[in-house]
Amino acid sequence: MKTAVQGEARSRAIRLWITSGPGLFWVILFLLIPSVVLLGIGFFSADDYGGPTMPLSIQPFQQVAGFSLLGWDDGNIIIFLRSLEQAGIATVVTALLSYPIVFFIMTRPESVRPLLLLFIILPSWTNQVVRTYAWLELLGPNAPVTYVAHALGIVPPDLGIAPGQFAVTTGLAYNYLPYMIVPLYASAEKLDWNLVEAGRDLYASGFRLFWHSVFPQTLPGLLSGIIFVAIPAFGDYVVPQLLGGDKALMIGSLIANQFTETPDWPYGAALTIIMLVFTGVGLVAFRILSRRMGGAGEATI
Amino acid sequence: MPDSMAAAPKPVTPAAPRGAISLNGITRIFAGTIPAVDHIDLEIRAGEFFTLLGPSGCGKTTLLRMIAGFEAPDEGRLLISGKEMQDVPAHQRAVNTVFQSYALFPHLNVEQNIGFGLRMKGVAKPERKKRVDAIMELLQIGQFATRNAAQLSGGQRQRVALARALVNEPEVVLLDEPLSALDAKLRNELQIELLRMQKRLGMTFIFVTHDQHEALVMSDRIGVMSKGRLQQVGPVLDVYEKPRNVFVAEFLGLSNIWPINPTGGGAADTPIGTLQITETIGAARLAMIRPEKIWIYNDSAAPKDRPNVFPGTVREAIYMGASTQYRIELGGGQFVLALDTNNQAAERSWQPGEAVAVELKPNNLMLIEP
Repeated sequence: MKTAVQGEARSRAIRLWITSGPGLFWVILFLLIPSVVLLGIGFFSADDYGGPTMPLSIQPFQQVAGFSLLGWDDGNIIIFLRSLEQAGIATVVTALLSYPIVFFIMTRPESVRPLLLLFIILPSWTNQVVRTYAWLELLGPNAPVTYVAHALGIVPPDLGIAPGQFAVTTGLAYNYLPYMIVPLYASAEKLDWNLVEAGRDLYASGFRLFWHSVFPQTLPGLLSGIIFVAIPAFGDYVVPQLLGGDKALMIGSLIANQFTETPDWPYGAALTIIMLVFTGVGLVAFRILSRRMGGAGEATI
Repeated sequence: MPDSMAAAPKPVTPAAPRGAISLNGITRIFAGTIPAVDHIDLEIRAGEFFTLLGPSGCGKTTLLRMIAGFEAPDEGRLLISGKEMQDVPAHQRAVNTVFQSYALFPHLNVEQNIGFGLRMKGVAKPERKKRVDAIMELLQIGQFATRNAAQLSGGQRQRVALARALVNEPEVVLLDEPLSALDAKLRNELQIELLRMQKRLGMTFIFVTHDQHEALVMSDRIGVMSKGRLQQVGPVLDVYEKPRNVFVAEFLGLSNIWPINPTGGGAADTPIGTLQITETIGAARLAMIRPEKIWIYNDSAAPKDRPNVFPGTVREAIYMGASTQYRIELGGGQFVLALDTNNQAAERSWQPGEAVAVELKPNNLMLIEP
């Protein structure tokens, strides 16, 4: 005999499947399965056209570590470190730019704040490739900014700022700025101004006031922002591809190349696996770190 | 003048003692509104427990925030310990605030919260620890030293907030309704503790509250505020016993107020009949008496030969434990509110419908302004 409690549990289970089932199906079919397939490819050998073929092999991973027919080469390590560096710089730059912008918006009248925030987000609705090409125009060999750089002797004549490392940093910081501003704004909006007054009351001013009574309150937003910026910037493909050139190659472009220009699917898959592992380890380490930073709360994703 | 005196810098005002506060015509107007604080003149003495009492929105908190330096007055002068405060920002004032919301730093523990001010002032760590430990012991919160503010109860947080202000040994401590979030029993405890602490440390305390009982319990002097203005300033006893106007009379406890029409000889016509009032009436238009100053007699036992004795009927008796509040109807449909202490056997109290007489002794009748 079926009791009312059992019936209730059953209908709750049905509701759960109805509401979350389609999403789950979507994620499994279009994200999980392709990813598993791709990851699996990393353990095959490459045929003449770069496609996966038997036998199973760990050679792709050796390739990732820098071993090839010609012996060991530090190219991949450098690309990996460069990706890390570029992502790191872009994150720091976006954070430094975001604080003044966020507090500028926050101190405007309440009616214009959503509009200002919209202006921040609006560019990211257009295609990233288009925006990156715009930067190529701005930083290219015949652009005013480049003339200034020539005059200052930062860039050799006849060359543009783009392609180059600096252009990649600029492009990444520009591209991911909204992803830092939005979470930061969300946490700054909840700012308890009483704590700022308490800080002033207890003899803090200027930077120390910010550091002790404002910054800790925005930490959850900042931590989310760091994750939103650092991870995609680390694996970004469009910006280094368009603004970087060969000397500023990043891991995203390296992976893309294995599926396009010089196909080697197993190698590309192995690179992807390693990148995911590092991202995952970084994320876990970051969460442990942010949790240890205590009361201000951890990053909310 | 002796030579040695000539070299000394001329003080702005005659040397005011540490912790004294002087407000001269202080005004604060928020954009497009009536003044929140309207030409306040007030002298707060060093070492005094001064309470600003008033309903919400009367400007008391704004006044406190101007003393703290969070708001700048639009007009007037503010002196703390004789020093002009106009160009002194909040972080440079020797004034500390206990916030209504406590405003403890959530990312710091109790000890760090208390030591924050000393740290910002650059007090070296050993000295800081000594002073923080001493204040924690004084307020009995030593056992929470390493706890996070979020893990404390309301009363404990209140103690930490107080310690955080007191440890800096400020000239003036400002308290913005610090006990309003606590339950009654804890509030009473902390009232006494706060008072004891203030007497012991001798700092000037300026306490803001809307609770008249709290103001009466704690203060040396009270300033009653309404609509941005000080209605009356004086010792607790004066403000309660001799309110200046209707607002003060009604805000501090219960009162009976009647319009009066002087008829000469210290008497005046009122809606309840002719009242003998001892004081020189002058141009006064209102008379007031506190309910507990009204004597109630059994109708037969009334001292009919004395002035201001009126017969009446009890219409309502509200038993309040220590006392009972009566609403008594006099002739002409007028009511008086009377309070009688329940210090006798219960059968002494009167029931609704009972015939009684009330006596309003002339020296208990106060003349007040509208």
